[in-house]
Amino acid sequence: MTVRELEGYQGQVLQRLRKSKAKIGSVIRLTSKSGEAFEGTLIPRSEYSDHTHIVLKMKNGYNIGISLDRTKTLEVIGEGEKPHFTKPSPPANHVGLPKVAIISTGGTIASRVDYRTGAVQPALTAADLASVVPELSSIAEIDAHILFSEYSENIGPNHWKGMAEEVAKRIANDAEGVVISHGTDTLHYTAAALSFALANLPVPVLLVGAQRSSDRPSSDAASNLTGAVALAARADMALVGVAMHQDLSDHIVLAHRGTRVRKCHTSRRDAFKSVNSVPIASYDLKTGQIEMTNGVPKRDKSRKLALKSRFDQHAYLIKFYPGFNTGMIDSAVSAGVRGIVLEGTGLGHVSRHLFDSVKKALKREVPVFMTSQTIWGRVDMNVYNTGRDLLNLGVTPLEDMIAETAIVKLMWVAAQTKSAGKIREMMLRSVAGEMTSRTLVEAS
Amino acid sequence: MTFERRLRPTQSELGQIDPAALFEFHKGKIITYEADPETTCLVELDEEPPHPLNPEALDVALTMSMLLHAKPMDEIHVMRKVVIDGSNTTGFQRTAVIALNGSITVDGVEVPIEQVTLEEDAGRKTGDTKTSVVFRLDRLGVPLIEVSTGPIIHDPEQAGKVAFAIGRILRATKKVKRGLGSIRQDLNISVKNGALIEVKGVQELELVSKAVSYEVQRQLGLIEVRDELRQRNVKASDINEEFVDVTNILSGSQSKVVQSALNQGGVALAVKLPSFKGLLKRELIPNIRLGTEMAKRAIFWGRVGGIFHSDELPAYGIDSSHVEEVAKSLGCGELDGFVIVADNLDNAKDGLRAVVERAQEAVERVPEETRAANPDGTTAYLRPRPGAARMYPETDVPPVQIGQDRLERLWENLPRMPEELAKELETKHSLSPKLATQLVDSDYLPAFEEIVARAKSVAPSFIATMLTESLRSLQREQVPVENVGEDQLKQAFDLVSKGETAKESVLDVLRWLAFHPDGAAEEAVEMLNLQMLTKSDLENIISKVVESNQTLVQENGTKALGRMMNLVMAEVRGRADPRQVTELLRTRLEQVKA
Repeated sequence: MTVRELEGYQGQVLQRLRKSKAKIGSVIRLTSKSGEAFEGTLIPRSEYSDHTHIVLKMKNGYNIGISLDRTKTLEVIGEGEKPHFTKPSPPANHVGLPKVAIISTGGTIASRVDYRTGAVQPALTAADLASVVPELSSIAEIDAHILFSEYSENIGPNHWKGMAEEVAKRIANDAEGVVISHGTDTLHYTAAALSFALANLPVPVLLVGAQRSSDRPSSDAASNLTGAVALAARADMALVGVAMHQDLSDHIVLAHRGTRVRKCHTSRRDAFKSVNSVPIASYDLKTGQIEMTNGVPKRDKSRKLALKSRFDQHAYLIKFYPGFNTGMIDSAVSAGVRGIVLEGTGLGHVSRHLFDSVKKALKREVPVFMTSQTIWGRVDMNVYNTGRDLLNLGVTPLEDMIAETAIVKLMWVAAQTKSAGKIREMMLRSVAGEMTSRTLVEAS
Repeated sequence: MTFERRLRPTQSELGQIDPAALFEFHKGKIITYEADPETTCLVELDEEPPHPLNPEALDVALTMSMLLHAKPMDEIHVMRKVVIDGSNTTGFQRTAVIALNGSITVDGVEVPIEQVTLEEDAGRKTGDTKTSVVFRLDRLGVPLIEVSTGPIIHDPEQAGKVAFAIGRILRATKKVKRGLGSIRQDLNISVKNGALIEVKGVQELELVSKAVSYEVQRQLGLIEVRDELRQRNVKASDINEEFVDVTNILSGSQSKVVQSALNQGGVALAVKLPSFKGLLKRELIPNIRLGTEMAKRAIFWGRVGGIFHSDELPAYGIDSSHVEEVAKSLGCGELDGFVIVADNLDNAKDGLRAVVERAQEAVERVPEETRAANPDGTTAYLRPRPGAARMYPETDVPPVQIGQDRLERLWENLPRMPEELAKELETKHSLSPKLATQLVDSDYLPAFEEIVARAKSVAPSFIATMLTESLRSLQREQVPVENVGEDQLKQAFDLVSKGETAKESVLDVLRWLAFHPDGAAEEAVEMLNLQMLTKSDLENIISKVVESNQTLVQENGTKALGRMMNLVMAEVRGRADPRQVTELLRTRLEQVKA
């Protein structure tokens, strides 16, 4: 008998369960020293729970935990009903709908619950998806694939590369649009990375996630996915965007420009905001209507996608704060970093105590860039002495680029050139709308 | 603020989705939530994960379990119970078993308490239209204790008594909110040859036995109808979804329902119910006929406003010539009935489908349903009974181990049971046994204790009488005493305690407050002119009474005190302390004598 069959149980409890030949899903009868009897299905235990309780799901569906100390007898009285999931047949694809590829990278955008154990199972095949979100089949012809399954905090430059290549494949395969489902924590970093890696896009690529888990009826997963697929299929645009809720209502799904979006709340549905820019498109879940913002690159299937999917991880994002230890910059430099993005205060400042370290970095041909930790707004280092001093040292201000986009761009630029001068030059040239010289009032 | 959501049925491992939930979802019904941003938090909006189990609520539930002799679980697991009518923003209700296997003794009979659970209350429905249902979030998340008895209650009267006994124990914890709806009873009623029916939301204890009686009566009536249909040789398969468009026949009718549906581009559809004539109007319980049952189904599944059935026609602007023509178009014979629905095509079809289904059930059995209690104890169809339990773990809330320390602490602080509590009130506040028991059984025990502690110069027995017998007499006069808040009660007795009004005024003040829930006791005293008279006011009144009764005073001197007292009190009752009146009157009489 393997540990897997008694998932989460350890120590004495595990031994006792093994002795009784119990498995997850076995129907168990347990009597306590005070003479009470409990019957139910053995349920897995979370790996960080204590090692002294047995969890049973009673007939009425409730779970209860019984302490091993109180347990007198424990016997298996039957095997639980084996889950026999019969996939509902997916709704028939409507003929002549645009083809949209869905690439799944983790973050369970669609899932079902195992009522035997209560665990949440991802439902990620095309058929599952179509049956869980049946609306999709009337919007597009869906072609779904699982690329990998990772929590988004574990996603890095190698995954970005994989995603960019997969998108290129799907586009070559005639997709009218591509949707990537992704955990939300680092969704905006991936969006920026793909914005740089996928140049000259002929069709839109939309990243989508869910802030409220898809194992609850109130999840925003299905509505965000519906919005993303509709925008990928029909919106007249060709760039990388992030499709998420506009506000707390299941009403409008906004598309934000991949280089201009940031997760600004830990849990709300409307956590993703366009920073220093306006959303590029919106989808109305009630009417199915799409609205576009002016000046967004249009679809053009004759355009040839240019893939530049390499990233160099030797780049640091360093946030300044009062009491900052300058050793952080020094050690970055001695670790062989190719460039540093500073997240300074206000208009782009750091304490004068850092000047020496910054000077040393620049002297070692490590370009230093300035963004602001205020999130919204533009850095301007000509206003105060500190700013002018930093400019004078050779720090490069990055206008209204957000720090997260700046570090992703630095990794991408560093993979393309060895020269510090070239890195600086490329950082200052807008590649995917990540930087503008004018901030409209409506974007602030 | 308001916001809109849609709830999507989550799929079970077996690929099952609750049919009613799925139907609601496909109808595209939108749920509108109303929330006050100053008091509603992100968890209530389902915009933030839930926080750990409220330790105080858990303590109360454990205490309650101990009072019901139920055994607390070693580890509490919070579950999600899927409910997708919109009443919970998450689409599920959080619920956890706290204890199992208890019992109480009611009238010498042991009643098993199968389970005690701690749950969160749902939102309050404040509106329902064809496209949207509205819930307000002010009640969502309030901890609820659910006590489930074993299925052993045999008659309606016993059901009422058991509910009363559980209510008394709940009140003993002093953590139960006062007012209508703070204790609700859900009843599961089974009738031989009938069905298991769940009746939701019986808010008043007095209604428990009534609701049970009505439900038994309703089911017996349905069994009679079934037997009669069988005698008429009807089979379920004879009742078909063959809908006939009767728009042309009814377009000339005076019916407002039909006209408004047609004006909006709708249709009138009809279906034949073979051999149903006379049964549709059969009254099962007051105002609930077989036709009513069909109408409720049509409203639920078809979102129609209602139905017309042949047993109630001609009426409602549909005259006998229309009835004849509809019957003819359906090919109805002598014993056949029919149902008409006017709405847009989809709704009308869904509505009639529900009617056909209900008619088929009428031939076969009493259908299992979840029903909602009306204020008179009758019930109406609410929704189909949910299938197998849709329950899965709330993975965002870690399980709570119930340590021995916690149980011991709660044991030591176990509240006294109602009988002990009454005894204690008798000795501590010199209340009569009857008054003490009444107080314990009322919702006002916590208020009583607070008022006694602050209104020191008012006799506790007077306060107790006011909070029990007097409030109940007001209630009998249809005064909405539930409107009187705890603060207002305190204010009223404070005024007596401070001598600003007489205790004789309290009843009038409470009556006024019941009709002015936002008012203060001070205002009541002012509006009702119940302020205490000043000494000089009193002296003036006394002088006047003495002057106008010269003869009486002259003849009897100070012996006239008793009769004079009555005359003065008639003028100042409620505005003066009788002792003070006696004193001033005596002085005055002595002056006259001198």
